[in-house]
Amino acid sequence: MTNSIEIKDLKLSFGAVTVLEDLNLEVGQGEFLVLLGSSGCGKSTLLNCIAGLLDVTDGEIHIQGQNVTWEEPSRRGIGMVFQSYALYPQMTVEGNLTFGLKNARVPKDEIAKRIARAAEVLQIEPLLKRKPGALSGGQRQRVAIGRALVRDVDVFLFDEPLSNLDAKLRADLRVEIKRLHQTLKNTMIYVTHDQVEAMTLADRIAIMRGGQIMQLAHPSEIYNRPVNKYVAGFIGSPAMNFMEGQLDGGAQRFDTGRGLEFSVQGYEFVGPPTTGPVWLGLRPEHVQSGKWAEDQPVQMEALVDMVEPMGSDTQVWAKVNGQELRFRMDGQEAVDIGDRIPIGFDPARLSLFDKSTENRL
Amino acid sequence: MSSARRVRDGARPPIRLLRNLSSKIAAIPMVLVGLGVFVGGTLWTVLHSFTDSRLLPRLNWVGLDQYERLWSTRRWLVSIENLAVYGIVSLVLTMCLGFFLAALLDRKIRYEDTFRTIFLYPFALSFIVTGLVWQWILNPEFGIQAIIRGLGFQNFNFDPLYNPDLVIIGLLIAGLWQGTGLIMVIMLAGLRGIDEDIWKATRVDGIPIWKTYIIVIIPMMKPVFVTALVLVTSGIVKLYDLVVAMTAGGPGIASEVPAKYVYDTLFTRQNLGQGFAASTMMLVTVAIILIPWAYMQFREKRQ
Amino acid sequence: MTAAVTTPRGARPKNPFAPRNIMLYGALIIFSIYYLLPLYVMLVTSLKDMAEIRVGNIFSPPVEITFQPWVKAWSEACTGINCDGLSRGFGNSVRILIPSLILSVSVAALTGYVLACWRFRGSEVFFGILLLGAFIPYQVLLYPLVIILREMGLFGSLWGLVLVHTVFAMPINVLLFRNYFVALPEELFKAARVDGAGFWGIFFRIVIPMSLPIFVVSGIIQVTGIWNDFLFGVVYTRPENYPMTVQLNNIVNSVQGVKEYNVNMAATMLTGLVPLAVYFFSGRLFVRGIAAGAVKG
Repeated sequence: MTNSIEIKDLKLSFGAVTVLEDLNLEVGQGEFLVLLGSSGCGKSTLLNCIAGLLDVTDGEIHIQGQNVTWEEPSRRGIGMVFQSYALYPQMTVEGNLTFGLKNARVPKDEIAKRIARAAEVLQIEPLLKRKPGALSGGQRQRVAIGRALVRDVDVFLFDEPLSNLDAKLRADLRVEIKRLHQTLKNTMIYVTHDQVEAMTLADRIAIMRGGQIMQLAHPSEIYNRPVNKYVAGFIGSPAMNFMEGQLDGGAQRFDTGRGLEFSVQGYEFVGPPTTGPVWLGLRPEHVQSGKWAEDQPVQMEALVDMVEPMGSDTQVWAKVNGQELRFRMDGQEAVDIGDRIPIGFDPARLSLFDKSTENRL
Repeated sequence: MSSARRVRDGARPPIRLLRNLSSKIAAIPMVLVGLGVFVGGTLWTVLHSFTDSRLLPRLNWVGLDQYERLWSTRRWLVSIENLAVYGIVSLVLTMCLGFFLAALLDRKIRYEDTFRTIFLYPFALSFIVTGLVWQWILNPEFGIQAIIRGLGFQNFNFDPLYNPDLVIIGLLIAGLWQGTGLIMVIMLAGLRGIDEDIWKATRVDGIPIWKTYIIVIIPMMKPVFVTALVLVTSGIVKLYDLVVAMTAGGPGIASEVPAKYVYDTLFTRQNLGQGFAASTMMLVTVAIILIPWAYMQFREKRQ
Repeated sequence: MTAAVTTPRGARPKNPFAPRNIMLYGALIIFSIYYLLPLYVMLVTSLKDMAEIRVGNIFSPPVEITFQPWVKAWSEACTGINCDGLSRGFGNSVRILIPSLILSVSVAALTGYVLACWRFRGSEVFFGILLLGAFIPYQVLLYPLVIILREMGLFGSLWGLVLVHTVFAMPINVLLFRNYFVALPEELFKAARVDGAGFWGIFFRIVIPMSLPIFVVSGIIQVTGIWNDFLFGVVYTRPENYPMTVQLNNIVNSVQGVKEYNVNMAATMLTGLVPLAVYFFSGRLFVRGIAAGAVKG
């Protein structure tokens, strides 16, 4: 038994609308998998299918080697944490934690043991007698995690658990979830639209769009080698610059056709280099400016259009031979609208996509 | 979840009919009432309106005879005319008065709760109680007429309950008293749903309050008006208790209404076929009002 | 523009006796009189004796307060051959009200729960049919229900009337419950299912404890509706089971004997007391109930 979860040819449709189509996914034991995508991409739907909260149209779901496609949610060996916490408002924290165990007729002393352990791990002992209404957002989410924890299951499902929290709490709880995963070593599937959460938490990220998985890979792979233009634009903030142009596969040169032309020597092609129309992607943080531009293989001059000082760094909107380009500079560097500054980058960090298929070249 | 689902293994899809079994069992009353009573009962009545059933229902077809007889019965014609007059006047007045009262209450007044309680309490009372109270107040020997005559106006005449030409006014006074509170509450809820910023904007633009209501607020409240309209209309068609308590259809047959015609024909004159034809006509009346509304709702939802 | 000291332009508002306020409150007070007058007349008439009614005017307060009309209305007033007053009707109404209330609210809540949380193929269609039922004039269904009740052997009994009240309460109350349950956070149901609660478990352990207000609202609608009913009482019960409204009408509009207006008004007040009490004690919930039921319908 190597995989914790296996999903085979999963299909889900509501009437004529197909939400998930021929989806295959394998999640290893103890893996932390993040399902990432914008709203409506099917990520939460997929999670609900795994949990058994939605009946699938076709395909199979296996959890810990068992085919649970049509099993009740409570009998799948999963725990789930929801975005709105979904704590039962009329029960105390303890009542919330024990509700599932009582339904499963777990013996009393066993319940007590598990509550004690969960309360200790999550540091919610003082809250046990309170009702959810009297808790802060962060405390509620801890209790919600606790409810999954006491079930003593192999798989945890998280449905955007941090979206309702403010920025600081979100960062704190993010770290805590990561620590929890390191302690418990459970399989975790985590749905989010926040790429920071995805990058920081995941062993692997599955980027979803239109009910399909676009790319399933380690975070750094997704960041550095996005498989298509959508993934490239979705990951990274500020977003990647895209330039439209012609690639000459033989000479390994890129030409926008409007006055900007440079070599892409050093770019690792997926297959043999081709010639034709392409999208060229360049991450703002991979553009060097000022004196750091000098060491870069490709160099050019940029005319500053607009600056957004952010303190630690400054975002610059510039034009390079008629081509819009956004990049980051050190926050201490003085730069003003109308300045002409040297910039440079390394073609090895570029991304090239076919114009028509938008797949990585 | 059904127990049938619990014993089967998780790999096999459940039998379609047994899925959600508890839910389907719990829905049985709804299905029985919807299909058995509402649909079945309506069809049964309509069907039997084409028969000559008298004391007992029987399927002896007579075509449209019952309808022909109905429309040549004076009492039915008076009933329909009364319903039309009462309906239109009461509709217009209830809507206007309801909106006016709601607008007054919405002016950030003091004691809003007290006033609202006063305007709404008659709605808690039955039509029987309403009818009997107003019957007493409009009593010509002791009520308003007697008092105004007592003040020296010896020729003052206001005895709606004993005057066939005025009896509808008597019913209207009582009906409005009982029903406007409801419309006021609905209108008030509609007014409260309007963004405060709209009022601020019209103040900045210098639009007078009465004009704001007419030009801005009322158009915004269109759905509320439509709901109130449907509610008042379906209430008017059912008008029965008030007439029974207040005038018993009199004087003579001057205040008969269709609902009373149906009841009397069915249960005191035991002319079932005739009663079914009359109630079918009531259903047709409601349908004529309702279908355009349903169509409008449907179109709005599609857009 | 000579003013060196700048004063604000325009008059200072907030004068409580500004013409606009006088008109506003004047209108409110006039309407209040229209709405309160019947209650007042009812009360003062019921406290006078007949001699005073004959000579005085109906608006004047009683010179000598007497509770005799109330006593008579309650225990002596005659309807046909029975002369045991409204107390009999009151008892009947209570015996009709309690089971009708419990049955109609439970059935409506359960149906609303099905429609909100456990939809199945066709459930929305049945709901649509049910809602249409709210617009069918009662007269159309009166006789079919007579037949149904007769077949069930319930015609004329209290239980038959209870059933009729439950049937006609369904559309509006189901709508009320369904709309309330739909607005409960969906994730709570999901969490409960992961926790192993089923259809009934979620209903009793999660949904009902969260929905007290809507039960109260529905209960208020039902209490006033059932208590105030006249038509169903007349059609579906026998005279010994007549509810209070029917008995009241029979007492007041009886053509035999001398009209005792004070007794009539006392009887009328007695019949109105239950819904009035519900109304005054529930206050905002009553308003919320009728507004919610109506606006969403």
